[in-house]
Order: sequence, then structure tokens, then C-alpha cells
Amino acid sequence: MKRQLTCALAALLLAAGLAHGAERTAITIASEGASPPWDYIDENGALVGFDIDVGNELCTRMKLQCTFVAQDWDGIIPGLLVKKYDAIMAGMSITEKRKKSIAFSVPYAVAPNQIVMRRALGLPPGDSEAKLNLTDIDAAKKETIDKLRESLKGRTLGVLRSSNSEAVVQELFGDIAEVRSYDSQENLKLDLTSERIDGGLGDRLVWKQFLDTPEGKAVEFFGPELSGGTWGPGVGVGLRKEDADLAEAFDKAIEASTRDGTLGKISQKWFGVDIAPQLAN
Amino acid sequence: MDIMLLLTSTVTLTGGIPLTLLLTFASLLAGFVLAVPLAFMRASPRKWLSLPVLAYTYVFRGTPLLVQLFIIYYGLGQVGAIRSSVLWVLLRDPFWCCLLAFSLNGAAYTTEIFRGGIQAVATGMIEAAQAVGMSPLQIKRRIIFPIAFRSVLPSYANEVISLVKATSLASTVTLLEITGLSRKLVSETFAPYEIFIAAGVLYLGLTFLLTGFFNVLEARLNAAPQARTHPRRVILRQVPHEQ
Repeated sequence: MKRQLTCALAALLLAAGLAHGAERTAITIASEGASPPWDYIDENGALVGFDIDVGNELCTRMKLQCTFVAQDWDGIIPGLLVKKYDAIMAGMSITEKRKKSIAFSVPYAVAPNQIVMRRALGLPPGDSEAKLNLTDIDAAKKETIDKLRESLKGRTLGVLRSSNSEAVVQELFGDIAEVRSYDSQENLKLDLTSERIDGGLGDRLVWKQFLDTPEGKAVEFFGPELSGGTWGPGVGVGLRKEDADLAEAFDKAIEASTRDGTLGKISQKWFGVDIAPQLAN
Repeated sequence: MDIMLLLTSTVTLTGGIPLTLLLTFASLLAGFVLAVPLAFMRASPRKWLSLPVLAYTYVFRGTPLLVQLFIIYYGLGQVGAIRSSVLWVLLRDPFWCCLLAFSLNGAAYTTEIFRGGIQAVATGMIEAAQAVGMSPLQIKRRIIFPIAFRSVLPSYANEVISLVKATSLASTVTLLEITGLSRKLVSETFAPYEIFIAAGVLYLGLTFLLTGFFNVLEARLNAAPQARTHPRRVILRQVPHEQ
């Protein structure tokens, strides 16, 4: 019995070794499936969205067979590390903290974030077209932030758990507002419409789509578009550090599809604006 | 495995113990208060008393607790009439939603456990109580319930332990009890292995204490009642029967 087990184990190891040495022909990509229009599950139960379209485009260019799987946001990095899949495409920003655990491709999108608040609160929304980059906060930026802090005092803000928005809200408003973390953007929206929370911080384009729905009418953008700081340079493909070959392939495919305008077209289709990264000439 | 991380996260996670315990004991108390009268109704031979309780326990035991929590938390929040009613003061808060779900669910199980105990009380005891002139309420309070409670104590202890673990579902509606804190820590460290093991160890510790408590309680309740003898006033003598 023991010998049989050892043999089986050896065979398994051998098979694994062979698979590792062989050229990649197929990869599995995880997406969240709960943040339209980035990625979501449609009526037929299929994963669709910007991430999925970009993923398929990149895979065609890399000549790889790609399968998409849905994975809850708060387990998406641990899942990659234990090899449940080979890449993450879920609107994930490239950040220093995540880089300690995983590697990233170059950005395939640059997306701003924004606070939303319930209209009924009657807060002065300020200039929601203005932009605020949180890298290198100077006196002028600090003034804007202090103004936001004043309005948000004592409010309850919702964020997606283990998102950068969570980190930013904790850092900027954690001491004056109550922060609640949700496992999906969908649940956050439900609590926003049922008035359990007063507002939230998240991806501007995700909010935009929600604000255009009948339920979203009760909510408005509040304060400037936020970027930089914790959010880093943009949204990239998350990969394991040891898969340098895969990172290189993704980088090449992203650059090529940015250059010929394919990424811009996919972005127009899902967001109505072009959020493809700007290429340095 | 990172032992240091395991130890430090165990310490951090102890911050979630008060909320876990509060949820457990508050819903335990509410569940007990609900379950005792419901169990007598359920055990009653009158159909109009027992059937509504049966319907209640059937629904709450027949659907997952997570579904019940989501219906109470996300479902009721969508109903405008509830949002504009006084109920919303409580239902707005995730803590009260959890308490409501856990209490109703726990009460359904506890009702069925107590019902079993009540129906197993020997008829002779009840007849004896009637014979000495106790009222129906007195019989329930002095005879039926103490005997029933003692006999179902092991199953009730089981229910309490399940409830401790069920409180982990509160993490799905933004509460930061042990599991909620673990998920938060995992999102900061990306190390689910160490942190969930630490959470498991804490739950194990809580269960250990509760099991110990119920073992002691069982031993005390089941010990033969001490005969209150007054040797100075009464002389007990054994009178042998004639063969």
C-alpha cells in the first residue's frame, strides 16, 4: 500500500514537472464579476465586461487559449498565489503594497476614482469635474481635502474590502467618518440605496454606470476625481512573480494593442470614454 | 508557514472576541426566551397552538441561515415601507439585523430541542403533580421544564456551540467580529493561511470554554438531589421487612 502511494506520488510529481517545463498553451484568468462595466456576470451567467474583452484580445495576440473564472475580490490575490489561476484581470490597480506579493504587467487602463454621496443629505457637491492627484500633497491639495473632511464628518462611507479606496478612505477620513467594508460593489450599492450608508468611494466609471440607473438617481458625485497616491500608475494584469515570461508576453501585447488603438476602442465600447494608457512616444 | 504572523494575528483577532460573544449571548438569550413558550405550544395536543409553531420552525430550520440574514439585511432594506417605519432605526444597523436573524434561527432549533424534552417527561410525574393539586402552570414550571431541560442539555449545548460558529456570518454584512477582522487582515497581508488558522484557534478556544461550562452544568443538574436530612430532629431508622 505504502509503495503504491509512493509510486503514485512520484508519477504525479513527474507529470507536474513535465507540465511546468512545457511551453504554455493555455492560461486561466480570474476576474471579479461584480463591478460593471469592468467585469460582471450577464443574464446567461457568463463573465463579460471590459476586462474580459481586453483579456481575450491580449490572449489572441499572445496566441494563448484563455479561460476566465470568477473569484471574489478579497480572495483574488491569495488564489493567484496558490495557482488556482495564472492571471488577474479585474480592474486591479498597480500598487506598491500588492507588488510585495505579486507582479504586474504594464497598465492596460488608467481609471480615476471618486466619492459619491446621497443627494438627500444636501451636501455641497463642489466641482465634481475637478481632478485631485493624491501623490505629493501640497498646501492647496490639503485645503481641498480639509474641505472634504468637513462635509464628511460623522457620515458613514462604504468601500470595497481590500480595495485601494478602502485604504484611501481610512487614511483621509478614517478618524472622522465611519467606514464599512463590503465584499462586493453590488452589496455596497444596495446599502447606499437603502440609506444604510451615506456615501462611498470607488471607481468613477463603476459609479457612473450606477448613477445612470433609476436607483442611482438618489446619489451624486461629490468632490473631485481622485487618482495617484495609493492608486499608483493604473490598472494592470496581476501575475505571479515567478512567471516572468508571462509578464513579458502581456507587456508586449498591451503595448501593441494600445498603439494600434484596439484598447481605446474596447474602452469606448464599455465606458463611453477612452481610458487606455497614454503612450510615451 | 509564518509562525510570527500566526501569533501576531491571533493577538489582533482577539479584538473581535467581544463582538462575537455579544452576538452569541444576546441571540442565545433572545432565542431561549422565545423558545420556551414556543416549545410548550409546539408540544401541545391542540392543533391551533402547535401548527403555527411547526410552520415557524419548519421555515427557519429548512432554509440556510445565510439566506435568512441576507433577506433581513439586504431584502428588508429594499422595502420603502420598512425604511420609513420605526423598525428601520434597528434594521438600519447591521448588528441588529444579525441579532434578529441569529435569534429567530436559534429559537427555531431550540424550540424543537425543548419540545422533544417536554414530550419525553413521564406521564406519571405529571399525574403525581396533579394529584397534589398543582396548577397547570405550576406543573410546567416546577416539574415538566426542569426535567425536560436536564434531559435535553447535551443537545442544547450543541446548539449553543453551533451558534458561536454561526456568528461568523456577521462578517458578510460588514461587522468586524473574529471572521470579519480576519478577512480584513487577509486583505492587508494576502496571507489567508496563517490568519484563518489563527481565527480557527480562537473559535476552538471559545468552544472549549463553552463545552467545559456545559459539562459542569450537566454534572451538577444530573447529580442525585442531596437529601436534606436533619439528624438531630428526625431519627431515620431502617425497618426491616418481615421475610
